[in-house]
Amino acid sequence: MRAGSKLGFILLFTPLVLWLGLLIIIPHIDMFLISIRERIGVGKYDTSLANYLTFFGEPLYMLTFARTALMSVLATALTLVIGFPVAFYIAKIAKGRLQSALFLLCLVPFWVSELVRTFGWMILLRETGVFSNLLQWVGLADQPVEMLYNDVAMMVGLVYTSMLFMVVPLITTMESLDDSVIEAGYDLGGNGMSVMREIVIPHAMPGIVSGSIVVFMLSLGNYLTPTMLGGKDSLWFTELIYSQFIVRFNWELGAAFGFMLLLLSSIIVWGTLKLSGQTLEKTMG
Amino acid sequence: MTPQDLEIQNLTKKFDAFTAVDDVSFSVPAGSFFSILGPSGCGKTTIMRMVAGFIDPTSGDIRIKGRSVLDTPPNKRPVNMVFQHLALFPMMNIAENIGYGLRRKGVAKDEITRKVGEVLERIGLPDIGQRKVDELSGGQKQRVAIARCMVLEPDVLLLDEPLGALDLKLREHMKVELKTLQAAFDTTFVYITHDQSEALVMSDQIAVMNHGRFEQVGTGQELYYRPQSAFVAGFVGDSNRWRGKVTRAKAGQLQIITEAGLTMTGNNHRRDLSVGDAADIYVRPEAIRISRSADDLAQFENKMSGTVASLLFNGAASRLILKTESGEEIEVTLPQSGEFAGVGRGDTLHFGWSGEQANSFAASEDFTQVYQ
Repeated sequence: MRAGSKLGFILLFTPLVLWLGLLIIIPHIDMFLISIRERIGVGKYDTSLANYLTFFGEPLYMLTFARTALMSVLATALTLVIGFPVAFYIAKIAKGRLQSALFLLCLVPFWVSELVRTFGWMILLRETGVFSNLLQWVGLADQPVEMLYNDVAMMVGLVYTSMLFMVVPLITTMESLDDSVIEAGYDLGGNGMSVMREIVIPHAMPGIVSGSIVVFMLSLGNYLTPTMLGGKDSLWFTELIYSQFIVRFNWELGAAFGFMLLLLSSIIVWGTLKLSGQTLEKTMG
Repeated sequence: MTPQDLEIQNLTKKFDAFTAVDDVSFSVPAGSFFSILGPSGCGKTTIMRMVAGFIDPTSGDIRIKGRSVLDTPPNKRPVNMVFQHLALFPMMNIAENIGYGLRRKGVAKDEITRKVGEVLERIGLPDIGQRKVDELSGGQKQRVAIARCMVLEPDVLLLDEPLGALDLKLREHMKVELKTLQAAFDTTFVYITHDQSEALVMSDQIAVMNHGRFEQVGTGQELYYRPQSAFVAGFVGDSNRWRGKVTRAKAGQLQIITEAGLTMTGNNHRRDLSVGDAADIYVRPEAIRISRSADDLAQFENKMSGTVASLLFNGAASRLILKTESGEEIEVTLPQSGEFAGVGRGDTLHFGWSGEQANSFAASEDFTQVYQ
């Protein structure tokens, strides 16, 4: 019996250990080791913090880093503001078939790859695209309008890409709120605003936080959308990492950038949890 | 005339082709406990939700303290509701739950603290203000849900089967407690339930509802002793039921021969039944007297004898099933005075009941209906 339960324990634990070890711990240790070595000659390396010093010493890197963080926070906030009413409508107002139909509509865009979805936006926004032609046809513009390759286009793309990951946890938490609790809120004198503020939002808080964390991390680590919709002027930190690894073959600096990004997302997620008074167990479990 | 806290006039609610509430009128005097009793789906919840303001009636009027509230949204009506599953706010502690309505009214902070303390005192739970909702027991939650409404001093408190989720012992206890709270707050309670015992124990007036209509409105005693319809007779309390034909009708006395051939005498209680009519007779098991000798039953119009087919022991509510010679089975309450302690299967007993105790109605489909 004892030996049997021990074997069971080992069998149950092996996949977890393998997953953690092979996919998370070992790659990160190796990345860290790469990031703290400095090339001093052909095939010769020295341990130093030179790569991190390069990062802090170069304003372009720092500015791109800060810009990526701020834009990701903004994208998360916009996704929440747009996603919350959508989720509330689907979870609490729509009933029966309409509810499942709306939920499906949220899901449908995710049946194709992110690349295809982003191309969809390019078709809409480019100079010869749908919106440009529409504006000319209506007479609001007398020449083709370029709407791609700026921060607004990039933000639209980021919000669109992340929407589902905000809406799903919000719907799940809001569905668990008993309708009669909302009714009781009105019955005892509340109006739409106060019921939302005192009852719906506090109840949905775990969903808001978990959705925000996921959307923030997706935006921060997004490469495709900033590159395709933001163009050359909209630098994104992942683009810097890509160019260090692939274009410049400077793995050492790329690894250091990667670690800075990990640090940044950890700090912001930790800060959000502290600010909202939630714990990781409560929001993810 | 005493002031009426709640007046309902010709209230009707139709959902497409289905009529949930059909032309219902009633009024509830100030400070009384009014219950609406009916099987599930009879429309009682719809009435309650219309009074609270969550559903608009198709036609009719709802007046509270003489003023129509049809154009008043639920958050402005002087009525509050205790929900079936109480609907306490899980994101707030008890004091915040009770203070919610006061905060909405814009009452000053220290005034809220004082009032919340007062009402907690009144429900006998003075120290639970800082606790969370899920730390309370079922009965405590119940009281907090009532306190959360009562702190707003509503004209009418609506209660939507609030005891349904409690276990039996606690439910028995809460019945008494609700009645006490109602007296303590001196507020009009409108209570809906499908449990006749809840309605009978607590109410001043009970309306029995079926298929969207009120069958009868009266005190518990009136409903129990003098049901005005076969539905009420079948729904409130238990009854032996027979279907038969009226063979003689004279001075309020009816003679009815049942389908199995038993001859019974009953009072018509001013219902219009004449010779040849099909009729249903309802006699309560507790209205039948049993005896070992036929002489004890001389004063009863209906006298029979039968053998004990089975004994359903249930403490104070124990019953005997007696089989007459014609094969008819009759349920009779077994007195627990010790007199019949030794009764067992196969014993022969005499039994009888007065015609006054038998309620007869024109034959109706309610006869075959089984509730609960």
